Amino acid sequence: MSEAHEGVHRHPAPTGFIRKYIFSLDHKVIGIQYIMLALAAVVVGMLMSLLMRLKLSWPDHHWAILEFLFPTGAPGGVMGPEFYLSLVTMHGTIMVFFVLTTAPQGGFGNYFLPIQIGAEDMAFPVLNMMSFWVTFVGFIVILLAIFVEGNHALGEWFGVHLGNSFAGGSGTVGPIGGWTGYAPLSALGKIAGPGQGGGMNLWVISIAIFCVGSLLGALNFITTLLNMRTKGMSLMRMPLTCWAWFTTAVLALLSFPVLLGGGILLLLDRVAGTSFFIPGGLYVSGVLSGSNPNFPLHTGGSPILWQHLFWFFGHPEVYIAILPGMGATSHILATFARKPVFGYRAMVFAIFAIGLLGFFVWGHHMFISGMSPYSAIAFSVLTLSIGVPSAVKTFNWIGTLWGGRIRFTTAMLFAIGFVSLFVAGGITGLILGQSSLDLPMHDTYIVPAHFHLVMGVASIFGMFAATYFWFPKMFGRFMNESIGRIHFWLTFIGVYAIFVPMHVMGLQGMPRRYSQFTEYEFLATLHPLVIFVSVAAIITITVQILFYFNVFWSMFKGKKAGENPWEATTLEWNTTSPPPHDNFAGVLPTVYHGPYEFAVPGAPRDFVMQTDVDVEVPSGNGHNGHKH
Amino acid sequence: MATMVTSTKPATKTSPGGGPKIPGPNGNGSKRHDGFRDPESQGNRYRIGMWVGLASVAMMFTSLSSAYIVRSASSNDWTPLPMPRMLLVSTALILGSSFTLETARRKLKAGLSALYKRWLVVTVVLGLAFLTAQLVAWRQLARQGIYLASNPHSSFFYLMTGAHGVHLIGGLLGLLFLWLRWRRPEREQSDATFIVKRKAATDAVTIYWHFMDALWIYLFLLLFLWR
Repeated sequence: MSEAHEGVHRHPAPTGFIRKYIFSLDHKVIGIQYIMLALAAVVVGMLMSLLMRLKLSWPDHHWAILEFLFPTGAPGGVMGPEFYLSLVTMHGTIMVFFVLTTAPQGGFGNYFLPIQIGAEDMAFPVLNMMSFWVTFVGFIVILLAIFVEGNHALGEWFGVHLGNSFAGGSGTVGPIGGWTGYAPLSALGKIAGPGQGGGMNLWVISIAIFCVGSLLGALNFITTLLNMRTKGMSLMRMPLTCWAWFTTAVLALLSFPVLLGGGILLLLDRVAGTSFFIPGGLYVSGVLSGSNPNFPLHTGGSPILWQHLFWFFGHPEVYIAILPGMGATSHILATFARKPVFGYRAMVFAIFAIGLLGFFVWGHHMFISGMSPYSAIAFSVLTLSIGVPSAVKTFNWIGTLWGGRIRFTTAMLFAIGFVSLFVAGGITGLILGQSSLDLPMHDTYIVPAHFHLVMGVASIFGMFAATYFWFPKMFGRFMNESIGRIHFWLTFIGVYAIFVPMHVMGLQGMPRRYSQFTEYEFLATLHPLVIFVSVAAIITITVQILFYFNVFWSMFKGKKAGENPWEATTLEWNTTSPPPHDNFAGVLPTVYHGPYEFAVPGAPRDFVMQTDVDVEVPSGNGHNGHKH
Repeated sequence: MATMVTSTKPATKTSPGGGPKIPGPNGNGSKRHDGFRDPESQGNRYRIGMWVGLASVAMMFTSLSSAYIVRSASSNDWTPLPMPRMLLVSTALILGSSFTLETARRKLKAGLSALYKRWLVVTVVLGLAFLTAQLVAWRQLARQGIYLASNPHSSFFYLMTGAHGVHLIGGLLGLLFLWLRWRRPEREQSDATFIVKRKAATDAVTIYWHFMDALWIYLFLLLFLWR
């Protein structure tokens, strides 16, 4: 038990395949598992968005393959409105939970946080393994939700074996409540119509499982960062990535339990006959509450309560998705601009300010719920104040680039793309955050346009940047830069082509979540634009094949990379590529410098690694600038 | 406020990251210089992890409490339950268990291993007795025809006592973990790292148990004073 005599690592390197790659305790393997989970989930989510675009552009076209796959959801190969709504729901749920929450934090955070602070592993390796496998079970359950709702035979099997509350088989691809699952319809069960049966139960259960997995992960991240930093790694010497992952973990730790609580209440409403969210006197599908054994009596519940609980989680969740991208962007911009991060301290405080304010603005999702105008003003002001730390970050990114000797690698291109998308998507946040402007714009296309740019695509760009940047460390080989550049430019142009026109549609009053617009005269002129967006989406989705090819091809055939191929400064570049089981081959490194000491006057190279002993760094250099 | 200008001019004040000669403040509190972790910092992680975990438990019960308060004010179907008498017994039991576990922790700190084990066992017995008393209280209500879905107050009563009970079972598993640790062979038990870790694990389980105790008092007051 006394590891001081055996070396730094508490668990020995595994030898068998299962302990090495499946039930591994190694944070690096677990990180890759998270990334692989996200890579699988994003395919499902993307295919669903493809189907949505097909329906929106060519609503009456007969797709023979759909008739074969979904005989009830798409009779004759034409997708029904419920089918479309279930696509919206599952696309949102899978993307937000299993892509935007897993890859940035569970994936890259797991892999690089311990190495960047000079630790041999996470604080609790067994907990780390459990958090991945719990999340994985959550993913399996959400896939089951698709099949239970979508397939009559499976739905009926669930009905026979697990009771009627589990029976579904309504011909959709999962529940239709949206990723927000608004009560009361989401709380009623099968009576509420197609897509509200067993699949919806599984949806709630999957999210509850996901909450538990995220909580275990967040606990581990926070403890690791507080307890396991190596000698000399003071808080203000940590890379900004670590600050971002730490803040994200705090957000997850405090917001997921609230969703878990709400989810338990929702599930009880659905299966145990309680009335937390179900008001009295509901008349649904031609049945009055209490007049029919399928629809027991409910009184007095509050649907708005669900919205409060959901958005108290839901708003921090968007920062959970994007903060790791911000961290990675700061890190990569400094490395390839060969300059210290501009205003390191301000960046740290901005991350914290964004995280903190994120807890007090959930009401801006509920301006049309009938809330008091005074509350709305309070939520508006707090929401707009997030613009301040966001602007600090943006200007500091630009300041980091300013006058740098920029190396335009693919990782750098994606990091710059992140800044661009963050600004383009964030700017509409200032518009939507004002209650008076939100009232007419709510539930129009400007909302999906806003959050897809800023929370969806920007976060994904952060992850693309992280992938191209850290791939050499993770697999000892470079990704192909030529394919990478093509991938960047086509994706960058593609996402703007998809989401900029959506702003126009939103301002014209096109409502979101409708499956078909051809019936509305005032939207008829927009149909060419809808088709343009769909074509752009199809091209952009197809381009991602390049990325997948590049990842898996480069793993085995890419150009070999050394220890520090990018001439970077932080600890992960101080060990072999890929790092050994205990990260630093026996002895933990000692840190002497800040994380971004590039272009240090008088230094032998244009970068000073955090472990370099014999280099003088003037205390005014870079982020350590602390003048009065 | 410090300016955020990148500059190569020497600053008047040395900031934490700036000094090239000094290794700087410690990261993890490890006092060793040979690149290995000292046992003390390994023990600390149990305590830190426990406090962090309890923050999330507290948030979950906060969300249920806010739902409770909103729901109690949102309509006129709120029928407060009569308090099952058994709850007074269970409150006494869990208060007592906190006391015995704290005693066990102090015995371990004083190096009295045999007494530590004895008080741990007493705590487990009291914990199980508490859970039994909670189940009896459920039975008492059920006999009066009050179930989970009977009215909103009963829904919250069953939900909150149930959620607390599940968390308390977690505490019992923690005690089981401590019990398994002292069953290790003598040779291991005299190891310095092992001793530090056992203390830290005992601290962590004790913190959790006291938290569950306080949480129960809070829930009890919420359920039967705010109604």
